[in-house]
Amino acid sequence: MATRTAIIASSIGLHSRPAAIFVEAVEDSGLEVEIGRPGEPTVDAGSILGVMALGARNGETVELTAEGPETEAVLDRLVELLNSDLDAE
Amino acid sequence: MTGIGAVAATSASAPTAGVRQGVGVSPGSAYGPVVRVAAPVQPPQNEAVAEDTAAASEAAIASFMFVAEDLEARSAQADATARDVLKATAMIARDRALHRAVTKHLGEGNGPATSINLAIDEFAAKFEALGGYFAERVTDLRDIGSRAIARVLGLPAPGVPSFSVPSIIVAEDLAPAETATLDRSLVLGIVTRAGGRTSHTAILAAQMGIPAVVQLAGATEIPAGTPISLDGDTGEVVVSPDPEAVASQRLRRERRAAALAEVSGPGRTQDGHPIALLANIGGAEDAELAGAEDLEGVGLFRTEFVFLSAAHAPTLEEQTEVYRRVFTPFDGRRVVVRTLDAGADKPLAFADLGEEENPALGRRGLRLSQALPELLETQLQALAAAARLTGADVRVMAPMVATVAEARWFAERVRANGLPKPGVMIEVPAAALRASQVLAEVEFGSLGTNDLAQYTMAADRMEGELSELLDPWQPGVLDVIAAAANGAKQAGKPLGVCGESAGDPLLALVLVGLGVSSLSMATSKIRGVRLALKTHTMEHCERLAAAALAAESPAGAREAVRAAATPELVALL
Repeated sequence: MATRTAIIASSIGLHSRPAAIFVEAVEDSGLEVEIGRPGEPTVDAGSILGVMALGARNGETVELTAEGPETEAVLDRLVELLNSDLDAE
Repeated sequence: MTGIGAVAATSASAPTAGVRQGVGVSPGSAYGPVVRVAAPVQPPQNEAVAEDTAAASEAAIASFMFVAEDLEARSAQADATARDVLKATAMIARDRALHRAVTKHLGEGNGPATSINLAIDEFAAKFEALGGYFAERVTDLRDIGSRAIARVLGLPAPGVPSFSVPSIIVAEDLAPAETATLDRSLVLGIVTRAGGRTSHTAILAAQMGIPAVVQLAGATEIPAGTPISLDGDTGEVVVSPDPEAVASQRLRRERRAAALAEVSGPGRTQDGHPIALLANIGGAEDAELAGAEDLEGVGLFRTEFVFLSAAHAPTLEEQTEVYRRVFTPFDGRRVVVRTLDAGADKPLAFADLGEEENPALGRRGLRLSQALPELLETQLQALAAAARLTGADVRVMAPMVATVAEARWFAERVRANGLPKPGVMIEVPAAALRASQVLAEVEFGSLGTNDLAQYTMAADRMEGELSELLDPWQPGVLDVIAAAANGAKQAGKPLGVCGESAGDPLLALVLVGLGVSSLSMATSKIRGVRLALKTHTMEHCERLAAAALAAESPAGAREAVRAAATPELVALL
């Protein structure tokens, strides 16, 4: 199992468009990825409702965990997404 | 939901004719017959348990997929904003966590439609608990649930019925799928009972240029076909309005907008006398907004906010930074600062002089500054420092000045700090009556007409029952203003107005006729006053002032001025 931490960079937090972009990336990876605040229960990162209900705000730290092959590269890519302002374009 | 909508809730029992208040979220006005949006589909009571839960789960998920595909098909035909909203909504319909929740409820012995409803409820509760933006997404979630339920039950999809006469859409709430696909040529306006300023309905309606009002109590009780008018700026909705009144109102609104758009630049009477048009502001945000407007500066910067929320006296550095931000947008323009106006009615944690029987007549304004001179000293130092850092023409005035000695005391301190333009508020009748001597000590005066009316009429501003005595058109108050204007003329010092009176186009003309040379008001009122000045000569203003002073009541004064003002202005009021 691989774990990474990321800091939410989107100014509006992880919902709406930023959440949709992130969840799509999780789905595209084909992996089972979980997301949550460090030390708290996690939710399915492939569920837009779960990710939005997490209510992660700008500047908050979240933890990603995944199991399976090539998890390192996938998590690196997902962390990079969370660390950029997805609502900026 | 709180705010204006809560006030309107009391009128819910009267769904027929009349004026009602909602929240305007998309500007513009509309008039037309009501088209009612079909209520969302609910699961049947005591729905039969699904015998084959695996098959039922598959059918439920298939219904969600059908909804998602339907939304995606609509998104292909929508414009960019609507497309994003519809795609995001379709993504929720495809959500695997939502599908898992439905399967779980089926397994617990619920019917298919009931299970979909329970799963939606689960996520809706989470979003509502998060509040704000999330709570408003509940509309999207419920729309998906309602559509999926209609699908599994084999019922027609909920939503806007087809119609061919231009109409106003009235609904409990509109889902993004509904708003985004409305035909702009048929939809004159939108009214909902629920919704908020940042709901998708509001965002999309504004984007599409459709006037909209949300949070209108009793909206869903208005029968289909009833003519209504709505104002998306003010949030006002009129059920069964007089059609002639609607037409003349629309015409007047259009003429007014066109006339206001034609005049710009510094305030001038028709014959070219300059009357500065200024803004009243309360902080840095106001300053940035007002700074971008067509106006000549700030006539009243209330500095209380710097102090009121603080537990300790704000430091020189803290104050300098706030004042610098306020002055920056007014490079090359004037900013009139009023020093701290606090007292027993607006107590400060660090400057409490104790309880008073009658705070309006107590140790407030300059009287507090005299009791605690170090507070004023720090404020003046900070204002001087901020003035040096910016290019604004900074002038500083004291509130609640009553005597010549007070004016002199204040002016000395302001000048000692390197600020060359001290002034005083004229809001105590004694200072108005002795204006020539009081203003001789300073560079300018500014009439605070709200307090001046309270003290002249001996009527508490906080006492709603006395509002007629506090009417700014009271001839007695106008007499006191006339006395102050004469005194200012004798002293050769400019006199402005920074109270509510300055923003009333007719009363502004009277004030100018009495001898006032600057008018400070809420930014939104400046254009109307500019137009009033533009259509009247100074001599005409003087005649209007004489007519107001000759009246025996506020209503009489208002009527006399209205009758003698140019028809060009009166037609637009």
